[in-house]
Amino acid sequence: MAHKFLVHEPEDMVGVAVADIRAGEVVEGLVLADRRPVVVRARDDIPLGHKLALRDIRRGETVLKYNHPIGEATRDIQQGEHVHTHNLRSIRWRASVLEEAATSV
Amino acid sequence: MAETTIYGYRRPDGRIGVRNHVVILPVDDLSNAAAEHVAALIPGTLPLPHPYGRLQYGEDLELHFRTLIGTGCNPNVAAVVVICIEPKWAQRVVDGIAPTGKPVWGISIEGRGDLKVIEQAARKAAEFLQYASELRREPAPLTALTISMKCGESDTTTGLASNPAIGEVCDRLTAAGNIVYFGETSEVTGAEDIVAARCATPAVRERFLETHRRYVAAIESRGVSLLGSQPTEGNIAGGLTTIEEKALGNVQKIGRRSQVVGVLGPAEAPPANGDAPRGLYFMDTSSAAAECVTLMAAAGAQIHLFTTGQGNIIGHPIEPVIKITANPKTVATMREHIDVDISGMLDGSLTLEQAGDLIMDMIVRTANGRLTAAEVLGHREFVLTKLYPSA
Repeated sequence: MAHKFLVHEPEDMVGVAVADIRAGEVVEGLVLADRRPVVVRARDDIPLGHKLALRDIRRGETVLKYNHPIGEATRDIQQGEHVHTHNLRSIRWRASVLEEAATSV
Repeated sequence: MAETTIYGYRRPDGRIGVRNHVVILPVDDLSNAAAEHVAALIPGTLPLPHPYGRLQYGEDLELHFRTLIGTGCNPNVAAVVVICIEPKWAQRVVDGIAPTGKPVWGISIEGRGDLKVIEQAARKAAEFLQYASELRREPAPLTALTISMKCGESDTTTGLASNPAIGEVCDRLTAAGNIVYFGETSEVTGAEDIVAARCATPAVRERFLETHRRYVAAIESRGVSLLGSQPTEGNIAGGLTTIEEKALGNVQKIGRRSQVVGVLGPAEAPPANGDAPRGLYFMDTSSAAAECVTLMAAAGAQIHLFTTGQGNIIGHPIEPVIKITANPKTVATMREHIDVDISGMLDGSLTLEQAGDLIMDMIVRTANGRLTAAEVLGHREFVLTKLYPSA
């Protein structure tokens, strides 16, 4: 089966769909850093370019991609779920961080 | 590695141009109409209308002059006719371009009126166009070119494939001795550590971090959520969720080995006196595509590498923009805008090295005269960066 998602680093908690993925599909992905295959059952439709969770993620947990923080989960996320603006937000540019910066000036 | 040869126009100052434009350059918005009329009378000349140039002051005014003068100085420009409402600022721009040795001439509208200005400027433009038409390309090393890079309407394919591919190209170019520019200051937020680790000296590192701190402090001081603007709605539709994620994809364009040898202000070129190291430079710029390319062109970049995910379509009037994508949907739906399709990287049918080869080949073809998609479609976005409101 050709891979349908790519993962940057082995430590990453999300992969990126390189083909449209349907909810319920069992899909194989490829870790770019070490060419290792990964298999996940998608829980949601994942459009090409969008992320899916490679494991369960707790609300408030820092999400890693490129083995770097890309944000924090705003809800509990199950393996295979679509990860995007509805359950992931920036840590650096959260609305409250920006408000703090404004009031501290 | 054997040196690659291109065929370019050797300007009087020795720099190599890959295009041969005769530019009609308004210094201010009042001069746009005359500039456009001159270009209509002398087909083949290139007007660069823009909305600014009045009541600016301080650093904002300095940037305005630096951008206009730098655009005229760019080696892709053969000659320049400058039009301004009054004579002192016309002369300032002419004096800024004159040291390149290329033909440059200016005129002001006050005391003359549009029609006399258009007649005199058109006569000069005709003379310059005939001069340019007799210039011939000659062999030159590829290392004579400054290559600028930016990503736009990015999505996750940018971080997976197209930016790593231009990163591979960046590594090859800097190893060979080219100067390469990258910028987009707000878009390193979340990946500053990666860029900082590549800075060649502690001084460069500190200047880079301070530049980023200052730019982002100005954004954050307004206390407004940027979601939808940075990342953009297009980024989000394509799957990018946060500025950190976007930044980590963004910095893939500096490759795996290139060192940042200097930090430049907007539209600032490395000193030409031979002291400045050749290699990768970070330029403090907006992440808005046309603003960024305009600043880099004003700093002398001859060719621009532009990776896109969702389909950014801008060009630039004097710096050819090579549009590269790894998103197969964009290739299918926006084919006319794309110069290099490297979507094969997503299924592994194209390796990183092969993608690098395709892009290097397109740089050479563009240098030798191949018109980019943006040039063919008439995309000539010339967008000046404004630092603060006018007085």
